Amino acid sequence: MSNVTDAAAVAIPEGRAATSKAPRDVGGSTWWRHLLGVLALIWALFPIVFLVSAALNPAGSLQTSSLIPKEMSMGNFDTLFNDASRPYTSWYKNSMIISLVGSLGSVFIGACAAYAFSRLRFAGRRPGLLALLLLQMFPAMLTFPALYLTFAKLGDIIPALGLNSIWALILAYLGGAMGANVWLLKGYFDTIPKELDEAAKVDGASHARIFFTMTLRLVMPILVTVFMLSFVGLFSEFLLASIFLQDVDSQTLGVGLYSMSIGNEKNRLFGQFAAGALLASLPVVLLYLGFQKFLIGGMTQGSVK
Amino acid sequence: MAAVPQTLEPVKLGSGYNTPWWASALKWGLIAAALALAAYVVQRLVANGSWLGVVITAFILLCILAVYATRRAIPMKYLLPGLILLVSLQIWPIVYTVATAFTNYGQGHTLSKQEAIDINVANSVKEVEGSERFKLSIAVPEGGDVATADLAFLLTKPDGSTYVGTKKGLEPLPADGVEKTDTGKITKAPGYTILNAREANKRSADLKAFAVPVSDTAGIKSVGISAAFQGAPTLKYDAAADTMTDTSVTPNVVYSPKNAYFTAPDGKTLATGWKENVGTKNFKTLLTNETIRAGFLKIFLWNVAFAAISVLSTFLLGMLLALLFNDPKLKGKGFYRSLLILPYAIPGFVTALVWASMFNQEFGLVNTLTHLNVDWLGNAWAAKAAILITNLWLGFPYMFLVCTGALQSIPSDVKEAAKIDGAGPFRTLRSITMPLLLVAVGPLLIASFAFNFNNFSLIYLLTQGGPFQSGDTSIGSTDLLITYAFRLAFSGASPNIGLASAVCIFIFFIVALMSYSGFRRTAQLEEVN
Repeated sequence: MSNVTDAAAVAIPEGRAATSKAPRDVGGSTWWRHLLGVLALIWALFPIVFLVSAALNPAGSLQTSSLIPKEMSMGNFDTLFNDASRPYTSWYKNSMIISLVGSLGSVFIGACAAYAFSRLRFAGRRPGLLALLLLQMFPAMLTFPALYLTFAKLGDIIPALGLNSIWALILAYLGGAMGANVWLLKGYFDTIPKELDEAAKVDGASHARIFFTMTLRLVMPILVTVFMLSFVGLFSEFLLASIFLQDVDSQTLGVGLYSMSIGNEKNRLFGQFAAGALLASLPVVLLYLGFQKFLIGGMTQGSVK
Repeated sequence: MAAVPQTLEPVKLGSGYNTPWWASALKWGLIAAALALAAYVVQRLVANGSWLGVVITAFILLCILAVYATRRAIPMKYLLPGLILLVSLQIWPIVYTVATAFTNYGQGHTLSKQEAIDINVANSVKEVEGSERFKLSIAVPEGGDVATADLAFLLTKPDGSTYVGTKKGLEPLPADGVEKTDTGKITKAPGYTILNAREANKRSADLKAFAVPVSDTAGIKSVGISAAFQGAPTLKYDAAADTMTDTSVTPNVVYSPKNAYFTAPDGKTLATGWKENVGTKNFKTLLTNETIRAGFLKIFLWNVAFAAISVLSTFLLGMLLALLFNDPKLKGKGFYRSLLILPYAIPGFVTALVWASMFNQEFGLVNTLTHLNVDWLGNAWAAKAAILITNLWLGFPYMFLVCTGALQSIPSDVKEAAKIDGAGPFRTLRSITMPLLLVAVGPLLIASFAFNFNNFSLIYLLTQGGPFQSGDTSIGSTDLLITYAFRLAFSGASPNIGLASAVCIFIFFIVALMSYSGFRRTAQLEEVN
């Protein structure tokens, strides 16, 4: 859902990042930059340090938590995985399925649409593109009352797609798949020379062969970026997940962890919660650190030389 | 990449690639799967009597066949999946939201008027002395959630014949596959999940309101969870006058429709109301109802302030850091960047929940470290500050990345020209770097504003919109419009989805207006440039 802003984040660095990195002759030393940099790091990292130490804190309650751990134990993780009333592994599985299937589907649908808008000419192409841009102004989550009522009804007809089903939630997320990323994708598709398509066409390749064996490989960098952004967006989505998934076994990490952090027991459960939150952060953090290049503008390769 | 060189080699014109057999097989397999799925859906729709659904499914299937089973409409082959999802899950909900905003849909108003009449009549059933009792098993349709799905009564008459009763009426239950205890209570029936005693007790409120309409003059109600009786209703519906008459008291009380409830002259209403069109009442309520209007204005102002301050603070911090690290001589930039990106990489719900714990008054880290004793989440202003601080932490890495990218894209010759013209570092920053930076990130700032304007999860997970002033649980001090709409629709004393939809439409217009003017302004900026 937050793809709109996220997606735009990449658009800028990718195109322009490499245009100039010419060294400038700036005088003065850099020690003060390091000093301020370290201050920034402390600001950026202290909540994370707190989270880690709370997860390792053997006493496991909010009262005993501190910034620097005094003792360490994995006890919180043990409780986390053996709490029958809070099925953390189910939550984890649900979150991963929803985010993976949802973002793969989103990338595929978006790539298909971008191919049509970038490579094919048809009546209604420009109005279609503009309409998609306009639709993005009405955030999908604003329609949550209607989505809730629609899926409640759908569940009466097809039980597998009613409320409380992660597949229904994935379907609801996929509604925005085409609109959310098509502009970003189309922009990248446009940078791939059309001559390649034409050459392949002259050789007798069908549109499907061109799309699946050629175009998709050439635009891989943007596909990875869009996949990553949708994955993160879906992984963190809370509003729809919380109204769709009420059954404790079908919940996502966000909804499940939220239920641990409210109510009378929140202080006692804090260590367990911190352990769960820490593990829940891992997929996204790894994705970001692993694909930093894609995120920060190393995306100038890709186009055909 | 591998496919490209092949296609670049000079090949005979039109030599052609034959479509591999597995690709054709996959294509026709998928079409067959779509057919099978549609057949299943149609069968379910027919069983539910939804003929409109059948027509829609058939139409979608025809589209799929027309597009994929022929060689024509190549662009549609790429657009159709996204288009179907877009229309059914983004455009339809928008239309539905707008339509719902003009109704009173909400608790007590979910049924059509006829259904409401039937239920009110059925609920007024009083046991007739000496009438026969049924053995009762409470069930839900198979696959339904035992805690929420529509109830069904599985009934056994004293003569052993079995029936299933739903809110639609009573039907015979075929004996195939039905298992009964010695006393005749049904323990297993195909197509139904029978609730155990604990599950049934949890739904006692639903049970109280549930009755099986048998005819216009009789209904079946439960007594406890394993017996039911048939009796005559004391309420009578008069279709000509559109009134309900309670015959159990003398003189009879006449209920007439008012505000989508049957209302007695003394103001008492029957329990079940119906859904009806209320015109622009929801919008009028938002604009004219004293408490709601005052609250709505308060929420709106805070919503704008929250989004604006969030964007400004994150942008300023992100930009300063980007400028700080935008020195080619600085070592370890990658190290700093990898670590500074972390707050952004942590899922939003984790951030909000962890900060909520850190703002805990008694044991939270913030008060411990600063030796303060601020009730962060319990005081209206402190809660606002807490939210802004959290959002600053959450959002500055994004701005840092964006600004870093934009700064690197500024050509160095412009700066050199400024230097030759005698501009100092600050003059260069103010007159060269900043304008170019703003042009590049301007649209992103607007997008970020629009995103924060509806930043549901941060507010909801951190404060749930609270703290609430005593006596008023509908409007919290940190509520955004969207958290307010969420509370209207799904929690609170009487959920009102119609009113919530009206709020959503307000949000839409506000966001659209802001984005539109914002984008126009940046367009002007770019033209100037």
